[in-house]
Amino acid sequence: MGLPLGAALAACGTSGPSRPGAEASSSGGAAGAATATYWYLSVQPQEGVRTRAMERFNKANPSGTLKGTTFANDAFKTKIKTAIGAGQAPTLIWGWGGGGLRSYVQAGQVEDLTSWFEENAAVKDKLFPSSFGAATIDGKIYAMPCETMQPIVLYYDKRAFEKINAKPPESWADIMALVPKFNAAGIAPFSLGGQSRWTNMMWLEFLFDRLGGPEVFQAVFDEQKDAWSNPIAIDALTKMQELIKADGFIKGFSSITADSNADQALLYTGKAAMMLHGGWCYGSMKADGGDFVSGGHLGYMNFPPIEGGKGDPSNTVGNPGQYMSISSKATPEEKEIAKKFFATELVSETSAKEWVATGAVPVIKGADKEFATSEDKDFLGFVYNTAVNAKAFAQSWDQALSPTAAEVLLDNIAKLFQLSITPQEFATNMNAVIGK
Amino acid sequence: MTSATAPRKKGRGGSLGWLALPALAFFLAFAVVPLVGVLWLSFTTWDGLGEIRLTGLDSWHAVLDNPGLMHSLWVTFLVMALSWAFQTPLSILLGVFLAGRQRYRAVLAVVYFIPLLLSSAAIAITYKALLDPNFGLGAGLGIDILIQDWLGEPTLALGVVIFVVSWQFIPFHSLLYQGGVRQIPRSMYEAAELDGAGRVRMFWSITLPQLKYTIITSSTLMVVGSLTFFDLIYVMTAGGPGDATRVLALDMYKRGFQANLMGPASVIAVILVVVGLLLAMLLRRIGGGNNSDSQLEGA
Repeated sequence: MGLPLGAALAACGTSGPSRPGAEASSSGGAAGAATATYWYLSVQPQEGVRTRAMERFNKANPSGTLKGTTFANDAFKTKIKTAIGAGQAPTLIWGWGGGGLRSYVQAGQVEDLTSWFEENAAVKDKLFPSSFGAATIDGKIYAMPCETMQPIVLYYDKRAFEKINAKPPESWADIMALVPKFNAAGIAPFSLGGQSRWTNMMWLEFLFDRLGGPEVFQAVFDEQKDAWSNPIAIDALTKMQELIKADGFIKGFSSITADSNADQALLYTGKAAMMLHGGWCYGSMKADGGDFVSGGHLGYMNFPPIEGGKGDPSNTVGNPGQYMSISSKATPEEKEIAKKFFATELVSETSAKEWVATGAVPVIKGADKEFATSEDKDFLGFVYNTAVNAKAFAQSWDQALSPTAAEVLLDNIAKLFQLSITPQEFATNMNAVIGK
Repeated sequence: MTSATAPRKKGRGGSLGWLALPALAFFLAFAVVPLVGVLWLSFTTWDGLGEIRLTGLDSWHAVLDNPGLMHSLWVTFLVMALSWAFQTPLSILLGVFLAGRQRYRAVLAVVYFIPLLLSSAAIAITYKALLDPNFGLGAGLGIDILIQDWLGEPTLALGVVIFVVSWQFIPFHSLLYQGGVRQIPRSMYEAAELDGAGRVRMFWSITLPQLKYTIITSSTLMVVGSLTFFDLIYVMTAGGPGDATRVLALDMYKRGFQANLMGPASVIAVILVVVGLLLAMLLRRIGGGNNSDSQLEGA
């Protein structure tokens, strides 16, 4: 789909001048020009930023270039797994870190970058330390944090609040009090793309955190026995079902998908008043929502605290970054190209600027100085402050856990939201897959 | 190959066995080999990335001990049985109608066949949009009865899936029945007419019995086909809400490619193959064994 442009340009760079410039490397057997392969996601505007970064790199390094291929999100997830399993992975393995990365590490498919980061401390210092958590498996760094930080944000429609003459919630009690008011006014309190399941999960992530801090889920991650039966976890799950039973979410939420952005449409068309969603929604609501964003109707805030909860209200959850690993099956030349890309274009100022232009906050330190000229500076500043000031920036659960446990988690979350299982049943089902 | 001493005794085509070779090679490469591979994988533990470890019956235990399997089997059975019960009568009626000589028949036939031209994914996306309780047909036209949580209520969602599946495949089966009806000798109807039989009587006494083998063919296709329904359900409900529409094929996909459990996914694949074979054999038996015998009097 989006492939031809990037691939064609990359091809232009490789064919001609590369051979003389390759200065007869040690492994003389490797015939032809050195080209590292790079797979990435095809959704705009992010795709353009990735493609342009690659093009700039190829222009600057004609002797060792990158060849890009783009995929849609879900297709990519399956394709990359299959390719890695078949030993035909691209040189650069793009992903979300965490549990998925761990499965690559356990299969010995990705390069250990710990020593490279030690040698290139300047590169490491450019990135936010919090972004390295999901790149670190058993104390070793296997991926380079890149692209953008995406905390989950509570969005709201200011018009809806004016209509019922209320203020945005400052606590869980406020949320529960707002629910009947919005319902009485014919507005759904919260939009939710429940069929996608991870959308529901974001709610639980915040409830767990606000009630008990990041320790509650950390216990699951650390594979402690029966970690889901923690009374705080049960309390969070119970509160979740209370909100669902009180009609807190839009009618039919379990058949709405986030992939189609239907949940965002509910917010900007005024059918729902609030929505808990990733920082990436800002850009798409700006593009699709008419004057919703430009007219100043969109409000946003961090998830409010819960009365009596132990979690720090500055905490956030989401994607601390995206991650790029190097295939251990790549040739030394390809690995060199990849590392050069990591050290240069991936953290360049131009790249940072381009990410800011998409309405997102790059993982590069000091990116906030690019905000001033942006028309989205308020939102960018809010996301930046949320991410930087967070006591804890927890990675999304489904990314942190192994793919096997994540699937069981999402399955049970869907059932919890359907009210077809109780919090206790949820905990029992989930305890069974701890450490799997 | 058969020996040259009895060249013509094995019936027609016996000596032309080599004609089957390309098809046989194809079948071997793309059906038998993967089948054996899946059977082998079902006795292993593999996440699709690392090494494949033989673990005996672990995967079988994991699947058979999980209540999810019985649920998926039940949902698959429901989809199979209900979509058969929904499609068969409608397909027969449409097929009989299309085989006739009425006015506008050709125009209507074209209209009926439109669903056959669309891909499952396109159909699923379209229905999903039309049935959306907030932005769909009901909300758009202000028809309250259409504003239901069509894909969000477990029973409704299953009903919708069966309806859409049927909507997609009725044209195909009508086509089969149309061909079947046209094979029935006109002389039988003429004889019945002389005996004073009405249209309804002729339908029950001539058309339907004569369509017996078409019904069996069509039913086999429906039943075995519904075992592997995937794309339409995946796009429309992704097996949800919860697991209300999670058929076996979807369960297999989720375990294999989302949960990285290739062993258990292979177990489900083996179960699918066995169930499919059993059903096909059962239907053949109901059909009275030899499908190649002609039912046509004097034909």
